[in-house]
Amino acid sequence: MAQSTNFSKAVRYGLIAGVVALSVSAIGMVETFDVRDIITGVLTLGQLLLFSTALIGGYFSWKKGEGVTPVGALLRGLVAGLLTAVPLVFLIILTVLWPDIRDSFVNVTPALINILTFDQGTVTGSLILLVVMGVLGVIGAAFDLLSERIQKPLLYGLLWMLGIGLLSEILLLILRPYSPRALLALLFGDKGITPATAVVIFVLAVAINAWWTARGKEAAERRRIARPPSTAKQLRRLNIGLLIAFILILPFIMGTYLTEVADVVGTFVLMGLGLNIVVGFAGLLDLGYVAFFAIGAYVMGLLTTQGDLGIGGISFWAALPFSVIAATLAGIILGVPVLRMRGDYLAIVTLGFGEIIRVLVVSDLLKPYIGGAQGILQIGKPQILDFVFVQPEHFYYLILAGCLLAAFVSWRFRDARLGRRWMALREDEDVAEAMGIRLVSTKLMAFATGAAFSGLAGAIFASRLSSIFPHSFNLLISINVLSLIIVGGLGSLPGVVVGALVLVGLPELLREFAEYRLLLYGALLIVTMLLRPEGLWPSPVRRRELHESQMEHISEDETEEVHSLA
Amino acid sequence: MSQRFKDIDYIGVFLWVFRAIIIVLVIYGTVSKLFLGVGNEYTIETWIDFFVSGLSQGSLYALIALGYTMVYGILFMINFAHGEFFMSGAMTSTVLVATFLSASGFLDAQPLVSMLLITAVSIITSISVALLTERIAYRPLRRAPRLVPLITAIGASFFWQYFFRGLFGSALIPFPVPESLQGRWTIFGLEFLRTRVVVMGTTVIALVFLYLFIQRTKTGKAIRAVAEDKDVAALMGINVDRTISITFAIGAAMAGIAGVLWGLVFRQVHFYMGFVPGIKAFTAAVFGGIGSIPGAALGGLLLGVIEAVGPPLFLEGLGIVGAHQLKDVIAFTMLVLVLIFRPQGLIGEKLAEKKA
Amino acid sequence: MKRATLLLVLSLLLALFLVACGGGEASEPAASEANEASETSETAVEAPSTDSNTSDAVSCDDPIGCVEVAPGDPIMLASALVISGPNTELGLDSQYGVEIAIDLHGDIMGHPVELQPEDDGCSAEGGQTSAQKIVSNPQIVAMIGTSCSGAGVPAAKIISDAGYVMVSPSNTSPALTDPELHEPGYLRTAHNDKIQGAAMADFAYNELGIRKAAAIHDGDPYTEGLATVFSDSFKELGGEIVAFEAEAADATNVEPLLTSVAAAGPEFLYFPVFIPLGSLITNTAADIDGLDGVILAGADGIQSPSFLENTVGTSEGMYASGPDLSFSNAFYTDTFLPAYMEKAGTEPTAPFHAHAFDATNMVLMAIEQVAKEGSDGTLLIGRQALRDALYATSGMEGITGTITCDENGDCADPKISVSQVQDGEFVRIWP
Repeated sequence: MAQSTNFSKAVRYGLIAGVVALSVSAIGMVETFDVRDIITGVLTLGQLLLFSTALIGGYFSWKKGEGVTPVGALLRGLVAGLLTAVPLVFLIILTVLWPDIRDSFVNVTPALINILTFDQGTVTGSLILLVVMGVLGVIGAAFDLLSERIQKPLLYGLLWMLGIGLLSEILLLILRPYSPRALLALLFGDKGITPATAVVIFVLAVAINAWWTARGKEAAERRRIARPPSTAKQLRRLNIGLLIAFILILPFIMGTYLTEVADVVGTFVLMGLGLNIVVGFAGLLDLGYVAFFAIGAYVMGLLTTQGDLGIGGISFWAALPFSVIAATLAGIILGVPVLRMRGDYLAIVTLGFGEIIRVLVVSDLLKPYIGGAQGILQIGKPQILDFVFVQPEHFYYLILAGCLLAAFVSWRFRDARLGRRWMALREDEDVAEAMGIRLVSTKLMAFATGAAFSGLAGAIFASRLSSIFPHSFNLLISINVLSLIIVGGLGSLPGVVVGALVLVGLPELLREFAEYRLLLYGALLIVTMLLRPEGLWPSPVRRRELHESQMEHISEDETEEVHSLA
Repeated sequence: MSQRFKDIDYIGVFLWVFRAIIIVLVIYGTVSKLFLGVGNEYTIETWIDFFVSGLSQGSLYALIALGYTMVYGILFMINFAHGEFFMSGAMTSTVLVATFLSASGFLDAQPLVSMLLITAVSIITSISVALLTERIAYRPLRRAPRLVPLITAIGASFFWQYFFRGLFGSALIPFPVPESLQGRWTIFGLEFLRTRVVVMGTTVIALVFLYLFIQRTKTGKAIRAVAEDKDVAALMGINVDRTISITFAIGAAMAGIAGVLWGLVFRQVHFYMGFVPGIKAFTAAVFGGIGSIPGAALGGLLLGVIEAVGPPLFLEGLGIVGAHQLKDVIAFTMLVLVLIFRPQGLIGEKLAEKKA
Repeated sequence: MKRATLLLVLSLLLALFLVACGGGEASEPAASEANEASETSETAVEAPSTDSNTSDAVSCDDPIGCVEVAPGDPIMLASALVISGPNTELGLDSQYGVEIAIDLHGDIMGHPVELQPEDDGCSAEGGQTSAQKIVSNPQIVAMIGTSCSGAGVPAAKIISDAGYVMVSPSNTSPALTDPELHEPGYLRTAHNDKIQGAAMADFAYNELGIRKAAAIHDGDPYTEGLATVFSDSFKELGGEIVAFEAEAADATNVEPLLTSVAAAGPEFLYFPVFIPLGSLITNTAADIDGLDGVILAGADGIQSPSFLENTVGTSEGMYASGPDLSFSNAFYTDTFLPAYMEKAGTEPTAPFHAHAFDATNMVLMAIEQVAKEGSDGTLLIGRQALRDALYATSGMEGITGTITCDENGDCADPKISVSQVQDGEFVRIWP
């Protein structure tokens, strides 16, 4: 009866999947990722990307509870899978009809067509593609037929296998110093994991997950409930202790490159903690945060460089306070004119400040004093007695100390009277003022504290690179920092760390996909926000707010009122 | 205004000093440029050139700014991806239409038809990209906190940039200008570059058209109603989602037109071309008073003119080297100045304060 | 459902660290000892070879270590070029040059050559991170990069300290090969700004008889350096710089800038910028009254077909300085360009693919010179030996000219030529 409407779903998702498959092919992702093995000799990343479209299309082609029979479900999967392949087949035919297609679409290469047709020529290849995608669609549809008890472990197993395959290069980087070559050769292929490893990981993951759902979770829960409060507290302390120990020894495990990545992440955490005060606590949207980072870096550079531009030529430690103070002062000075602006006006004006600083730094006007386009070279490194900080490992601890300091200050401020004032300000300026909160000092304090952390980050950044160029201080840094605190969860301290790991760490690790890194970054931002608008690790207050508005379905204005009253 | 800040007169003093310094600098620079002859000497014609160039650049900013301001007016969100709507139209129409028309000679034979065709493709692409973005990245987040759609907008901006780079490559793509649009026209005894005249003319037409659309048509009324209050509008039988989509589409259409005009003026398109104009147009929208359509137009034109005339007039007069490099400094300083005087922008409504 | 997916992703991330941790703790000292032990036992079993050229895998006597390439394994090179952001076309173009060089060169002593491309982001931090990643892989023999001088400064330090070596195809900043600042592992096939800027000034003053010139740069270290050197040299020769202006690299409306410059009355306008801004300036200059008859000139940053394609008509007659003989030799047009078009699908988008090609060949040839093959087919490449071989490169015929390295790592052919655009082609006219 409702057969036709049910199939319309399969058609719709099939076509969507087809367009996605066509897009990833036409923009060159399939071809670029095809050189990268997930499982050596079995599956490349490009194939995974291509095939997953049909799988997912098939999965969504029908829904439980629509009264679809198993055969009907598989049929729908088949339709979706075939439809996924149709745009690709069109692309294949198009390349035959229009040999110069590359003049317009640079990434529609013969190599791509070979991947799509499995090297079997246009006609046979297209047919194979249709069959393969159709089968994948059926598999995708069949997946939903399974009971959840089977589904979940399977999904975990697949994700683990693919995830480890994807990150095999990083794993190799970590394992290489410790492991004999023969073992690595057994585990890892040329650019992925070997089929044997894949199977082992899959089986292990499935088994562990099945056990966990069947037994472990329950048992753990029971143990947790049975535990006396004092033990629970001890356990939490132990966990925190372990975490700290883990963070402290991390550089030894990770090796130089990953420590370098950790340094980059740490720098962003430091900036994120600062911006979190401005945006997360006080609710002042700042898009020019990079300005203070630049000021911190340039003050450090000028004070410690051994080059011609140097003034003072003092040590890192002596220059550090100057960097921070300069950034703080800048924060106050830039904060004054925007005191009366709100929301998006504030955003654009702060963005303007960031741009002004960047343009001034690169300008010929200031070149005699701060180096202009040629930047500052030979910036001093921190030194304790005879020990000079050179390696990423050394800076790791310096940055860690900075982050801890910033986190501590944020945490103390948040729970102190000042933090309450900030939050009142965030909720409603007028009410806050009516309650007797001094807007000026409260706002300036937020700007100043935020700027100080950013300046600190900048100073460390300059010393770590030992050279700075104006190009490093562009708007994208501000955008990145803002994104990471919102993705992490606005106002939440652990959220900053999680956000930085996801938005700075992950793209760094995926450097090999450089051409598509920012595309994936963009997609990641969208997907994360769609799935978790409150952020990955939201602060309790914010989580409550969001749930409130979700539950009550009240209008926006009313929600805002609720916020301000809360 | 100092009612709200009565306990802090020194802030007011600071702001006055700030304003005074900037105004003195501007006046000093202008005077020394015009009357004391610091730096290069410019003739009246040169000044007119600066001005016209700024106006045509400003027209483009204005067209793009419309999209920002309309979306802001209705959703109160900064649509960071708007610059990419502009880029997508320009890129697609150049690669898929203009290049072929030029190669076949049709462009020079039938310039008007060709340009209309190119513009149509550009508009369609921009609208498709905009609607897709709105559907996927913004609509599900209507009720989310205000910063969340800002982040998805940033994400969409990155995504589209690199999507189109993958599609059409990272090379600079030449935009073919019809022969009949090259060179100059003489109007009122003054010579103007033809492309500039076309840009300004098209912008004026588009603006008038848009204004009439918003003021006179039923859809326009629906847009204004939704901008005023979404829930009440919904109660009045207006399909809010559809109206928002239409708003996005109109903004994107303007961006699509701007994309083609951009190609005409600068003769090249690139996957990164949306970013800087996007920021500038956003600035222009705030400058004029975000949410207001005439404001966006005025802000865009002013920004363009300040960027073109500011460096030679104020900065060279002050004896600053590399003056043109600092045009962004002037533009943003002016913005700050305007916003200190009038926090709601040049012709923005006071309501901005309540909702922003 | 949503939550489950998120949890999955998060747990995956976490797992990465856990795996890292577990692997490390379990096998830290023991495994490395075992590793050494197994290696020594392997070599003990094999009979030492008498042939001097095919020595054993263990005989690494290089002061800063060797790369050991097992039989059948590829020889790893890395590149760190800008392949994201607004300068993409610059770095991607170089990367194609590197890949083509590797393809054309073929195997070295039975080992394929493989490239690990990294992104230098055209920034100091990008250079630092990519260099750090490269030196963390002991199999990588050498690096081609960076694209931008700003990235080159920190990268040179890291690469050199780790005993690796890098050859940059497009760093031009004088600081990098300044005797006081030069890092031992740093070489380049791009022209030092000092040479190129001075050559253009010489050409303009002596050959064209120009006395009043103007220069424009875009705030990039490359263009700012060239413009500065040009101005200084031109003034030294006795000429006058009537305008020294700057514009943002992503600028759009350059008309006011050019109008300003025109008012200063130069006879010659030098803008050593990259293609996007370069073609914008060239196209706009044609529309500016005051610039009629003013001679336009750029540097090697615009010497590319993509520039010509974007400036049909307007670039006619303008000059560009650059490597000698670059785009008119037979190998380039018959072999290289077709390979490039095949790979990229477009004409070259920047000029430095040629330098990258030469840089890669330089490295490959040096590897061939110093690699020692063990009896089992294991290849041993001494890092210091490789550096020495690279510095000893002399008289190598590349597509950018004759490549000879000096002790500071400058390898580009010192002969700078000036080309003129004639009938839509760069034609060499000087010297």
